[in-house]
Amino acid sequence: MVPATPSASATRSPARDASRRLGLGALTFWRVLRANPLTLAGFLVVAAICIAAVIVVVAPHLLTQYGPDQLTTTYNQPPSLHHPSGTDGNGLDIYSETLYSLPLDLVIAFAIAGVAMLAGGGLGLVAGFWDRPGTVGGVVSVVVMRITDIFLAFPSLILALAIAVSLGRGVWQLIVAILLTWWPYYVRLVRGETLAVKHLPYVTAARAAGVTEGRIVLRHILRNVLEPVVVYFTLDIGTVLVTLSTIGFVGLGLVYPGQAEWGSMMSYYQGFGLITAYPWTVLGPGLAIFVTVLAFSLLGDGLRDILDPRSRRVLAGTGTGAITAAAPSEPALPAGGGGIAIPVESEVPIAA
Amino acid sequence: MGRSPSDLGIFIGKRLVQLIPVVFGIIVLTFVITHLSVANCGVWYPHASQATLASCQARFSQPILNQFWTYFVNLLHGDWGSSVTGVQVYPAIAMGVPATLELVFASLFLMIVIGIPLGVIAAQSAGRWGDHLVRIFYLTGWATPTYLGAVIAAIFLAPYFGLPSHGQYTSNPPPFTQWTHMSVLDALLAGNVAWTSDALKHLILPAAVLAFINMGIATRMTRSSMLEVLPLDYVKSARMKGLSEFWVMYKHALRNSLITTTTVLGVTAGGLLAGTVVIEEVFGWPGIGAYAFTAIGGGGAAPNFDGAVAVVAVFAVGVVIANLAADIIYGLLDPRVEWR
Repeated sequence: MVPATPSASATRSPARDASRRLGLGALTFWRVLRANPLTLAGFLVVAAICIAAVIVVVAPHLLTQYGPDQLTTTYNQPPSLHHPSGTDGNGLDIYSETLYSLPLDLVIAFAIAGVAMLAGGGLGLVAGFWDRPGTVGGVVSVVVMRITDIFLAFPSLILALAIAVSLGRGVWQLIVAILLTWWPYYVRLVRGETLAVKHLPYVTAARAAGVTEGRIVLRHILRNVLEPVVVYFTLDIGTVLVTLSTIGFVGLGLVYPGQAEWGSMMSYYQGFGLITAYPWTVLGPGLAIFVTVLAFSLLGDGLRDILDPRSRRVLAGTGTGAITAAAPSEPALPAGGGGIAIPVESEVPIAA
Repeated sequence: MGRSPSDLGIFIGKRLVQLIPVVFGIIVLTFVITHLSVANCGVWYPHASQATLASCQARFSQPILNQFWTYFVNLLHGDWGSSVTGVQVYPAIAMGVPATLELVFASLFLMIVIGIPLGVIAAQSAGRWGDHLVRIFYLTGWATPTYLGAVIAAIFLAPYFGLPSHGQYTSNPPPFTQWTHMSVLDALLAGNVAWTSDALKHLILPAAVLAFINMGIATRMTRSSMLEVLPLDYVKSARMKGLSEFWVMYKHALRNSLITTTTVLGVTAGGLLAGTVVIEEVFGWPGIGAYAFTAIGGGGAAPNFDGAVAVVAVFAVGVVIANLAADIIYGLLDPRVEWR
């Protein structure tokens, strides 16, 4: 095993880091993807899914000959060339319905994860940077973190279900229900990263040079926090999609037939014993959600390897040394990269 | 430097006291969130009698503070409320908790005995095909929505393997006293081999689905911390002593890696508990997950607001306790941790 050169990973040179971060352009991204074939596969599938979603919105006839909710004259047909995923008892073409729900599912997922990232991340940045006890910022920070802790105690799916039943069924209700449970994870992530970065010498240096607090946060802290957040966001799209479709499956999401969403479709077709008689009806939506989430997870999981110094060492050892040089040394996520779900801040104090 | 058993006691006591405001916050938040919208009794309970509808209207038309006060005072008196049709909440949840715990612990067991060795294998072959295969395996679980896994398992896998896919026993109730309401444990306590194997057969499929979906974190963390430990000198010296590779990996390297993995397993409690909502519903498992599914109006049922508040709060308290347990185990595994 080739050890990483100590200078590359142990010391930070903030100026160069920042410029590299800015320059985290196409070339670096390509190197990251090439380091692991699974990451590349994930990226390609994600790209294909996004392109397909755009085509469905702009020119659906390129992908399917049926309009949304258009009834065919064939009922409960197994998959054929004409109906790749068969038809249901109403005469709906499953493949078309699955396809038409793709843009909606993606937009909802991106909206939820995006707003959660902006709102939660902003709160985390503020709570992490201005947290000196006895100041206004300190009080705000404590209040934000206590509220966050209470939200984090709930399994987010269960809380989202409880909100969904109260709000009723519909696209906006669905977004609000999930969003209300989603922001705290970003608060915790960004706050942890901010705490790790804000005492580094280059921040002190900026302060000594007379840079204002607001500018330090926006120019110096934010940029160093951005990378782990973007990686977490990529993984998060998959998680939002799963939660979204689970609410649909439970029967609190969109109303299908009428408004196609993968979870609602699954819910509709697996009920009343339809699934055993016509198993292909769940094949379309089930496969769609599985492939989409898997692709985002492969991409996000691979990207996160680059942030994890331990994995990076191994990647460097397998002949893609470019990664070590290209990826800036990162303040390790709390508790070793955070696992798939969320980084942990252990509450047990560790004596050095 | 406190590491005596009494310090552990004080630590746990302090943490339990700190739980009180958190539990109160959980109850307030759940109550507010389930009462966000305007009362819609006619839509919620289309088949209810006039009297029921009137009492529903009377209750939900009050200001939310009054509603909460009534609910909270009743709660302090041990009354968890009842559904609009008058079914008590507490007995149902008290019956369901052991069944859910049994399912969750069975999944946790599978996650540990399968997920952690997979992480070791991935670390041993980091960057090569073994690593890739393990990654595909755990990401497949990660990408499978719980309902999809549950439906596939219950409808296609169960007949294939000849396993039952509904309930805890083939016939209910079993011919012995259900002391704990955990199916396998009760059958064992009764010393009944046939019923124990029957209960195990009912348990394996839902537990396996739950474990498969939540296993990724354990595998990933084990891999990651094994990679940290493997280059260390003590591992090298263990190899040089001539110990077998198996022994080096599982006794020397893994022991150190488990510290991080344990903490992360505490975090999975949320995923495991949330997973029970769909899994118990699909497999007809009589736990609080299935209760939550019905209480929140899943599958077109009439929502049961008192039940929903209670069951959501119970889930949240479960997560908090799981995190506390993870902290304690973490301290037991790592002698550097000070109880404070």
